Amino acid sequence: MRKLSQLRRSRIASPLLLVIALFTIGTTFSVASASNKSELTVDQRSAQISEGKQLFLKGCSSCHGLNLEGTSIAPSLIGVGAASVDFQVGTGRMPMADMSTQAVRKKPIYNAEQTAALAAYVASTAPGPAIPNDSALNYERDGNTADGGTLFRTNCAMCHNFAAQGGALTQGKYAPTLMGVEPKYIYEAMITGPQAMPVFSDKTITPAEKLSIIKWIKGAEKEPQLGGAALGRVGPVTEGLLVWTLGLGLLIGVAVWLATKAR
Amino acid sequence: MTARERVAGTVANYVDERTGAAKWAKKNLTKVFPDHWSFLLGEVALYSFIILLLSGTFLTFWFDPSQREVLYEGGYQPLEGLHMSAAYASTLHISFEVRGGLLMRQIHHWAALIFMAAIVVHLMRVYFTGAFRKPREFNWIIGVGLLTLGIVEGFLGYSLPDDLLSGTGIRIAEAIIQALPVVGTYIAFFAFGGAFPGEAFIPRIFTVHVLLLPGIFLALITAHLMLVWYQKHTQWPGPGRTEKNVVGYPLMPAYMAKAGGFFFIVFGVTAFLGAVASINPIWLYGPYNPGQISAGSQPDWYMGWLDGLVRMSPPLETHLLGHTISWNILIPGLIVPGILFTGMALYPFIESWITGDKREHHLLDRPRNVPNRTALGAMSLTFMLVALINGGNDIIANNFHLGINQIMWFSRISIFVLPPIAFVVTKRICLSLQRADRELVLHGRETGRLMMLPHGEFVEVHEPISPELAWKLTAHEQAPALALEETDSRGVRRAGGLKNKLRKRISQANAENIAKPTVEDLKAIEHH
Amino acid sequence: MSNEIEAIKDPGLPAHVHRKADHDPVAEKRAERQVAILFLISALGTVLFIYSYYFISTDTFVFLPILGSTNAHQLGLGIGLATALFFIGAAAIHWAKTLMPDEEVIAMRHTMRSDDEDREAFVATVKERAGAAGLGRRSLIKRSMGLSLGLIGLSPLVLLRDLGPLPKDDLTKTSWEAGTRLVTDPGDRPIRPEDLEIGAVAQVLPQLRPDEERTLNNIGKDAVLLIRIRPEEFQLSAERLSWTHDGIIAFSKICSHMGCAVALYEQSTKHLLCPCHQSTFDVPRAAKVIFGPAARPLPQLAITVDAEGYLVAQKPFTEPIGPSFWERS
Repeated sequence: MRKLSQLRRSRIASPLLLVIALFTIGTTFSVASASNKSELTVDQRSAQISEGKQLFLKGCSSCHGLNLEGTSIAPSLIGVGAASVDFQVGTGRMPMADMSTQAVRKKPIYNAEQTAALAAYVASTAPGPAIPNDSALNYERDGNTADGGTLFRTNCAMCHNFAAQGGALTQGKYAPTLMGVEPKYIYEAMITGPQAMPVFSDKTITPAEKLSIIKWIKGAEKEPQLGGAALGRVGPVTEGLLVWTLGLGLLIGVAVWLATKAR
Repeated sequence: MTARERVAGTVANYVDERTGAAKWAKKNLTKVFPDHWSFLLGEVALYSFIILLLSGTFLTFWFDPSQREVLYEGGYQPLEGLHMSAAYASTLHISFEVRGGLLMRQIHHWAALIFMAAIVVHLMRVYFTGAFRKPREFNWIIGVGLLTLGIVEGFLGYSLPDDLLSGTGIRIAEAIIQALPVVGTYIAFFAFGGAFPGEAFIPRIFTVHVLLLPGIFLALITAHLMLVWYQKHTQWPGPGRTEKNVVGYPLMPAYMAKAGGFFFIVFGVTAFLGAVASINPIWLYGPYNPGQISAGSQPDWYMGWLDGLVRMSPPLETHLLGHTISWNILIPGLIVPGILFTGMALYPFIESWITGDKREHHLLDRPRNVPNRTALGAMSLTFMLVALINGGNDIIANNFHLGINQIMWFSRISIFVLPPIAFVVTKRICLSLQRADRELVLHGRETGRLMMLPHGEFVEVHEPISPELAWKLTAHEQAPALALEETDSRGVRRAGGLKNKLRKRISQANAENIAKPTVEDLKAIEHH
Repeated sequence: MSNEIEAIKDPGLPAHVHRKADHDPVAEKRAERQVAILFLISALGTVLFIYSYYFISTDTFVFLPILGSTNAHQLGLGIGLATALFFIGAAAIHWAKTLMPDEEVIAMRHTMRSDDEDREAFVATVKERAGAAGLGRRSLIKRSMGLSLGLIGLSPLVLLRDLGPLPKDDLTKTSWEAGTRLVTDPGDRPIRPEDLEIGAVAQVLPQLRPDEERTLNNIGKDAVLLIRIRPEEFQLSAERLSWTHDGIIAFSKICSHMGCAVALYEQSTKHLLCPCHQSTFDVPRAAKVIFGPAARPLPQLAITVDAEGYLVAQKPFTEPIGPSFWERS
């Protein structure tokens, strides 16, 4: 009893109490508000859009123009849709650091909330592809792996390679590997056609077909090595390299041993 | 006599009474074989061929060489319910359901890659040491034939499963056939039984791959080995070795044991690769569809140089009088390879024309002592390497963050610029090595010990080299250039003037060497 | 020449150096043991092989460094077989190296050339017996033999005629005709212009007639790529522009170089790239070749919309698709 009354009179009591109170209120509020993230009120939406606008003006307008109209170094963002922004900003491609060949995937500098705000802002200026929600991304339920494989080989393998390992385009551009990419981003890339990638409209590749493609890619990711080390899954080039290094190396090594006189 | 000796005697008697084998066996069991690791490269190729026969036969027990369409219900989820050819489906069956099937497929394909690599390094050894000279020109031509047929056989082999990658290769092969002037479309339609892809090609190449070419291989390899056996293997120069003898180990028991053991080594290494390294995973490529393609499509490595040449070709085509000739296909696909391989086959005769040397040779050349031949070889290898690298330009671009366009331009220029540079650099290196050998003979080996002379000068102590090494460094001959007179004694110009002029010029360049130490040089040194 | 090498003579074969096992019975026994151990390792390898075949199920996977998650059945079979084979070889070689006689032996070579006596006898034999056969004298036999042998050489050529049909117009005709609908590949769904966004690409095949089945042969000629760009970005002649529809343009997907599928479309540059040999085609200029070995642009398919608003071909291709050939003008 005496200890507690002594503590109450200590100098740090008040500031400590303040910190505890703030912490408690803050966590309670965020826990309470998190569950309603997708159901923003009108006010919350317009707050999000205006937050997005502020972020845009600060971090994107120097290249994409004050009104998203684009400049000589960056395209217009009018009508690109929330999906584009979610993809580009969410994978860290935007803001673009190295302007030489293409935007590279890197650590995003905007967190999920800021990305959503940017997306909402861009979508508010002109209609465009929307961010797919979770029920639209249930590839396990709605996709078919074998169909996805056929679709992949017809529409994607020529850039991304038969095993989705990525491939070269012209002038130093490349189609990146799809291993380890979130299903949402794969879907968004298909509907928005980032940079060199074309758009795959929902009528030519239906949403169900897109999910089949994603299911196939996810299966390929988990595909175990049936025959041993995969050697990069790029085909005969690495196989030939292995023969000339490990294969001939071992054989010539044994040949030298064979012809050397024993002690 | 022990029981075992009695039994052996009875068997030997039985066989000899019917074949007279004892005489032949007696002579050949004591045959002498020179022993050097570089003589085992051809053996790697030979043993790989046997491995291909064994593993290939296994595969034919399950493979269905038919292009008729089947529905896949085999259990590999990503291909479930798809239509594919029976060839592809049976290859999936071998890979997934037949126990040991995938291992055998992989051993077969790795053995094929090793077979071709071994042929190439064996060819390089024979070339750089001059083992193709008389009396071995026939064997050289058979070897070039084996190399060419090996490329075809390998291509047909990996095309059998009818997957997306190899089907693309067949499409390209069909385009080459189709591009032949006058007869191209007819030959293509006959080969494919109609338009591409048709249903006749895979069954037909199965027969070629499994019956016709292996038969030809067996005949050529037998002839190749018989010539080596009868002419006796060449040997490196050295103490006790002359053009008239062969120094080594007798067939029985040492050579037999080593050569036989090496077969198991080659098989073991191939099986090891088949165990730990995935090759030709056709289930990932998918069945062939002419409307599909993968980024980074290449043929197997031994055809990579052809692909590279085709990629770097300028877009040349002539359209004349209602006909088209595709130089962009014919030049890199047929004409340049034809010139290269013909030149390679005829090289022994070209070299003997330059040197005028018509004697038998059984002692090998040290590459440094034949700088022109070595430099020419380096030049050819550089050409092939640039072409090979260009064949993989998209894989290189993607992995090293380069651009395919830039790599292509680099290749287009390098293929003309780098080979002559390689020639000059290699020749200079050979001459420098000759100079170093000469120094070694004249002045001995540098010991790294310093000695102070009475008048204060520091010199490095040199140790004379052993007589064996001195012999090895000077045993080679240095033939002078051909002296071909352009006019005879009365000043009349000789027939074949231009040819002789060319021959003399090349012969002079060929004879450029650092002179071996003469007796005078050695005597002069003694006074030091 | 002999002057030069007088002072340096061939010292002859160096004296034989004995191996440890040649004179030391302990070393000999050790070498024997080593060979035996190598043979035994091989035997273990075969045991692993047989065990893996029968007792490791084909869908067992094990994680290993470098190899990743790999099939244990296959790995066991392979490592077992490799060990079994390799160590027989190692044992045989080690046995030969350490225990078998390794004294260098000299044998003499003989010239390849037969001696003059044999040669003369050979020539005489041939001359005499060929003369007896009389081929040189009997020109009637010679000529009639030449005729029969020459003719019979034609018979395999004749037999091979049925290998395939004559090309006729197979290389110039595709399934595309006036009014054929463009359908998605895969899926076979007809396409309206509004289904494609700007920057979109679609893999397309001709719609099948009710009784028709699509073969790979059909796909190999009919495959078409549909691309939509902004109409003002075209740089086409008036005629070629009339083959497009509202920014949508169609090309044969089969490369004009060597027949690979040119399906790679770069939206940002509007280039088509063929992955086989890197031929690059510029879409706004009717697939004009701008890089690589292809010598001709991709044939353009004239398209329009039909009464129901679906995209259809206006007419067949106006030139043969795919790689060049002699008869192509």
